[in-house]
Amino acid sequence: METKLRMDAALFQVMDNEGNFDKELEPEIPKDRLIRMYRVMQTVRMFENIAMGLQRQGRIGFYIGAGGQEACSVGSTAALKDSDWIFPAYREPGALLLRGETVLQLFHQLFGNENDYNKGRQMPNHFNSRDKNIATPSSPIATQIPHAVGMAIAAKMRKTGDIALTYFGDGATSENDFHSGMNFAGIFDAPVIMFCQNNGYAISLPTRRQTRAETLAQKAIAYGIPGERVDGNDILAVYSVTRKAVERARKGGGPTMIEAITYRIGPHSSSDDPTKYRDKSEVDEWMKKEPIRRMRGYLIKKGIWNDDKEKELLEEIDAEIRSAVKVAEGIAKPPIETIFENVYEEMPWHLKEQMEETVSRYGKNYRGG
Amino acid sequence: MVAETLLQAVNDALRTEMEADDRVVLIGEDVGKDGGVFRATEGLINTFGPERVMDAPLNEAGIIGVATGMAMYGMRPVAEIQFMDFIYPGFDQIVSEASKIRYRSGGTYTVPMVIRTPYGGGIKGGIYHSQSTEAYFTHLPGVKVVSPSTPYDAKGLLIASIRDPDVVIFLEPKRVYRSFREEVPEGDYTVPLGKAKTARKGKDVTLVSYGASVHTCIQAAEEASREGISAEVIDLRTLLPIDIETLLASVNRTGRLIVVNEANKFGSFAGEISALVAERAIDVLSAPIYRISGFDTPFSYTWESVFMPDAAKVLEYIRKAVNY
Repeated sequence: METKLRMDAALFQVMDNEGNFDKELEPEIPKDRLIRMYRVMQTVRMFENIAMGLQRQGRIGFYIGAGGQEACSVGSTAALKDSDWIFPAYREPGALLLRGETVLQLFHQLFGNENDYNKGRQMPNHFNSRDKNIATPSSPIATQIPHAVGMAIAAKMRKTGDIALTYFGDGATSENDFHSGMNFAGIFDAPVIMFCQNNGYAISLPTRRQTRAETLAQKAIAYGIPGERVDGNDILAVYSVTRKAVERARKGGGPTMIEAITYRIGPHSSSDDPTKYRDKSEVDEWMKKEPIRRMRGYLIKKGIWNDDKEKELLEEIDAEIRSAVKVAEGIAKPPIETIFENVYEEMPWHLKEQMEETVSRYGKNYRGG
Repeated sequence: MVAETLLQAVNDALRTEMEADDRVVLIGEDVGKDGGVFRATEGLINTFGPERVMDAPLNEAGIIGVATGMAMYGMRPVAEIQFMDFIYPGFDQIVSEASKIRYRSGGTYTVPMVIRTPYGGGIKGGIYHSQSTEAYFTHLPGVKVVSPSTPYDAKGLLIASIRDPDVVIFLEPKRVYRSFREEVPEGDYTVPLGKAKTARKGKDVTLVSYGASVHTCIQAAEEASREGISAEVIDLRTLLPIDIETLLASVNRTGRLIVVNEANKFGSFAGEISALVAERAIDVLSAPIYRISGFDTPFSYTWESVFMPDAAKVLEYIRKAVNY
């Protein structure tokens, strides 16, 4: 059978692996903002190294990393306004940090302590921040995509000017909710950006086993939506492509799907061994395209970065993370009453009864021994 | 006051709330020009326009998921699922998402949304237009489950559901949609969620039901009265959270309990009602608790009248309980 529809599978790039950049394509981002973006990328990576260690020591229950994918969330979030809504999956701590959420707050979530926004109810890495317009993720895949579309339709109805961006992975494009979201987004002309971080694997399964399609972005064609492909390890390219989608959405031009080609350096989570399903040579090859090194190369070539600044930055971030771990680990668990709160706005009788029985067994405001 | 069917009362409630609050929007299949396959939304698109009466593509996960996102942003969406039998593609959006968003975000995001759907048999709907699967939802923390049996309650409960800050699954007994009219106040009033109603007073046996089966119970109770048996009928109206006080007060007076619904019997909400009463009032019971439900088979087209509990069957159990 002849393939009737094809899209250009070429990736949009602004810089090469060494940070040499195309002046024509280089986006205009103020120097302080660039350094902030770089800082967030480094923070995500260092945060992950320490958090994975905490998991190995049994101090947190689980960890799911974003290493190697930092340019995707940081570059795209940088193209939004802080008032726009983000519907994340679980590899986007960069989005939260760029919007000013603190490292300490993320550790509150990992430890599930009293200061955690989720009150200790979710596994590590299910970060949300109401204050930063970052919605609450779940573990089932792709379920957030229709929410982003609904929020975007509502924003359009209310004429607030807000748009939505939702993150998901390559595996999510096989889920029913991806189809639901894409189809509704197209029909209702929703100001939403579908940002797919294609890191090549859904846990162990390579993308070629998710679809026979040559690209994921081409799925957008069937929904009547523009699809873009971008080098997801090139933060300038991610920023520019997202910026274009943001402008389209803001002007009433509707949704865009972006497929960002990236790679996770580490395992899917603290619970798998990636050497079982991918070769070391593949990882080595991708390390040459690693996004933090590329951005550092760019900043140096721009003349706004050097080794001294790098050293100072890494020391600062390291100190911030270590102090946050210490503080967050020392904060008490949420009291057991919180098990029963926020199921409904008002607690119904049967939950009150269960809470009272539990409190009578453990004591009021019990937080563990 | 105006005499309305239950279906008209639903339409009246939607119109009343859409006029009062511009955050209220409808989304569902054929809810626009067609006015819904049962005509529950008839005429609303003419008043409120296609932006607020959203004809959705055929995709229940999308309808419920999109409505969830709208609700998170501050709208008050009312999603219509054409038949309860078709809700399952959207089940994950209810189970994993809408019902848990308040909890998993520590109360910072909420989903004030209603999902309306017709349920139950009696319209010659066969397997896929007749089922009563409310137990899937009463098992789920984070949702409220409501089912009216009369036009007055339908309007008041639906308005209360739209104003409720939580996810409400609003089950409309389709067999009763056009079966009778009742005086319904014009404009705005609410019937509170979580409060049962004593549909008929009695002293010998308590019949507990909801939705269409309430009428079966009332009919059986009237027949029983001719035999000198006084049966009380409790219409739960809200299944979750259940009004345990009204239920126990009745059983404490009568000492007998029969639960009637159309759902498959095994694991149905009738079992939960029975267990609640057994745990709290077994001492007052002078007969076993009986459940009269649908069979543990898929629904039948040809034999729907046998599948669904009828007044004769309820009457048999009333006699059985009283003579135990």
